[in-house]
Amino acid sequence: MPVSDFEVVMGLEVHAQLLTRTKIFCGCSTEFGAEPNHHVCPVCLAMPGVLPRLNARVVEFAVRTGLALGCDIRRKSVFARKNYFYPDLPKGYQISQYELPICLGGGVSIEVEGVEKFVRLTRIHMEEDAGKNVHDALGGSAVDLNRAGVPLLEIVSEPDLRSVDEAVAYLKALRAILMTLGVNDGNLEEGSFRCDANVSVRRKGETALGQRCEIKNMNSFRFLKQAVEYEARRQVELIEAGGKVEQETRLFDPQKGETRAMRSKEDAHDYRYFPEPDLPPLILDEELVARVRASLPELPRARAARYRDQLRLPAYDAGLLVADRDVATFFDAALAAYGEGPEAAKKVANWMNGEVAKLANETGLAPPRWKLRPEHLAGILKLQDAGALGGPGAKQVLEVVFREGGDPAEVVKARGLAQVSDEGAIEAAVDAVLAASPAEVERYRGGNLKLMGFFVGQVMKQMRGKGNPGLVNALLKKKLGG
Amino acid sequence: MSLSLEEVRRVASLARLRLSPEEEELFAGQLSAILDHVKQLEELDVSAVEPMTHALAAGEATELRPDEPLPGLEPEAALANAPARDGTAFQVPRIIE
Repeated sequence: MPVSDFEVVMGLEVHAQLLTRTKIFCGCSTEFGAEPNHHVCPVCLAMPGVLPRLNARVVEFAVRTGLALGCDIRRKSVFARKNYFYPDLPKGYQISQYELPICLGGGVSIEVEGVEKFVRLTRIHMEEDAGKNVHDALGGSAVDLNRAGVPLLEIVSEPDLRSVDEAVAYLKALRAILMTLGVNDGNLEEGSFRCDANVSVRRKGETALGQRCEIKNMNSFRFLKQAVEYEARRQVELIEAGGKVEQETRLFDPQKGETRAMRSKEDAHDYRYFPEPDLPPLILDEELVARVRASLPELPRARAARYRDQLRLPAYDAGLLVADRDVATFFDAALAAYGEGPEAAKKVANWMNGEVAKLANETGLAPPRWKLRPEHLAGILKLQDAGALGGPGAKQVLEVVFREGGDPAEVVKARGLAQVSDEGAIEAAVDAVLAASPAEVERYRGGNLKLMGFFVGQVMKQMRGKGNPGLVNALLKKKLGG
Repeated sequence: MSLSLEEVRRVASLARLRLSPEEEELFAGQLSAILDHVKQLEELDVSAVEPMTHALAAGEATELRPDEPLPGLEPEAALANAPARDGTAFQVPRIIE
C-alpha cells in the first residue's frame, strides 16, 4: 500500500515566551543575550526555603491570548508540579498547570488553498521555561539558568491538522495573533516561539487515531515541514512492514533531515503531577477580564476582513499585509496620508507588497527600523499622480528614501529623478529614435502596430526612464501616424 | 492493596533512589500500608465536594506581583556552591542527546 493511502494526523503544542520584563515567579530580568547566570536569584536557582510569586502581567497576557482565541477563561485555575530530572531544571520539577489550566477550548481559523478550516484548541496554560545546556570544551555540559523561570504560554491544539501545509498555516496564523496582541515576539530562531508536533498516521477512511510520536526541535517552518514529512513516512513504512509505532519523543536533526528517539525522554511520560503547594489557586476577578477584553486590538483576521470588505482589496493582498502587524499598521498610516477608497488602497497595497516588501527583505529590517515613513510612501505616490515622477523614477526615489531616509520631493530634486514633461525634450528623443530605426518605422507604417511598444521603450531608454509616458505615446503616434 | 516489588523499583527509579533488595521489601510493605490507610477515604461520598487543591481555606487566592525587576544575585554569589564551573556557567556531566 503506497504512502498516499495514508493520512497524517497532527496536533501542535506551541510554547510562546511572554514579553514580560521579569520572570514568572521572581523579579529577575527576562532580557535575552546576557552572560550565563547573570539574571538569576534564589527563587529561580531553587535555593531552599524560597517561594514563588506569580507575575501579574503573565496572568494578564494569558487572559488576553485566551480571549483573542475564543477560549473559555477559567475564573479559577491551579498550578501543578511536573516532576523530572534534568540539569537545566534546578528544582527537579517545573511549575506548570495540569488539570485546571487558565484557558479551555477556543481555536484558530486558517485558510489553505482557498479552503477555510477551524483548528480547535484543547487548552492554554502558563508555565516556566527551563534553563539552557551547552556542550562545553571540557567534555561536560555548561548550564545557564538565565532562561529558567521565563514565562511561557503553552498552546495545545486538537489533532485537527491533516497536512504539513495546514500545520504551517496554523502556526503562521497563531504567531500573527500573538504578535498583534503584543504578548510574544514570534522569533522562531531565538526560540521565543517554539513548536512540538504530535504526529500519527492512519489509513484513509479510518476514524480511530494512530499511535503518536512527539517531535521536538523544529525552529523554522522549513524544518517543521521536513520533520513531519520524514516522521509520517517513517511511521507508514513501519506499519507497512508489519511493525507498530511506539509512543515516544523524537528529536529532529536538521543536518540529517530525520527524527530519532530521545534517550533522556525514555521514561519521561510519568511526570507525577500534583497541585503546587507553594501557590494557592489563581482566582481571576471579573474586573480584570473585562479590562483585558476592552483593550484587545484588531486581530489579523478582522483586519484582513476589513481590507477586503471596506477597501475592496483582494484576499491575497490583504493576507500579505496582515501577516505582520507592523506592516499592516504602516499600510493604514500610508493610506490615511495618501487618499481614500479602493483605488488608493490597491495602489498603496501594491507598493507595500511589491517594492517595499522587496527592500525590507533585502535589508532584513522590520518596519519600526525603516527610514521610510508612511507619509514618505504617500508623498511618492502623490508625486507620481501629479506627473512629477514616472514609474521607474518612483521606484528609485523609494529605494533612496528606504535606504537613506529623506523627503521624497527633496530626493527627486537632488538626484534629478523628476519626470520630463517638456514637449521639446521629448520630441528631440522621439526624433532621434525614429531616425535611428528606419526599418521599424517602415514596418509600423506598413501595419505592424505592435512595434509601438518598441518605440516607447527606445524613447524611455534614451530619456533614462524619465519621459512622461502619456506624452511620449502621443508624440510617437503623431509622428508615425502622420 | 499490595504494591509489587516491580512498582517499588519503578517509583525509586523515577525519584533517582537506589534501594537495596532488603529496602525494596521493606518499602513495599510500608508503602502498601500507607496506601491502604488513605484508601479508607474512598468509603466517603464526596461527589458533591469540590476537590481541594491547596491547604489554604477555599477562596484564598494567590497574590500577584507587579512585573517590576528586582535585584538578583551576583554571578559569583550564584555560583559560590557550584561543585564545578565553566566561566559563569554551572558545569555538569555531559548530557548526550
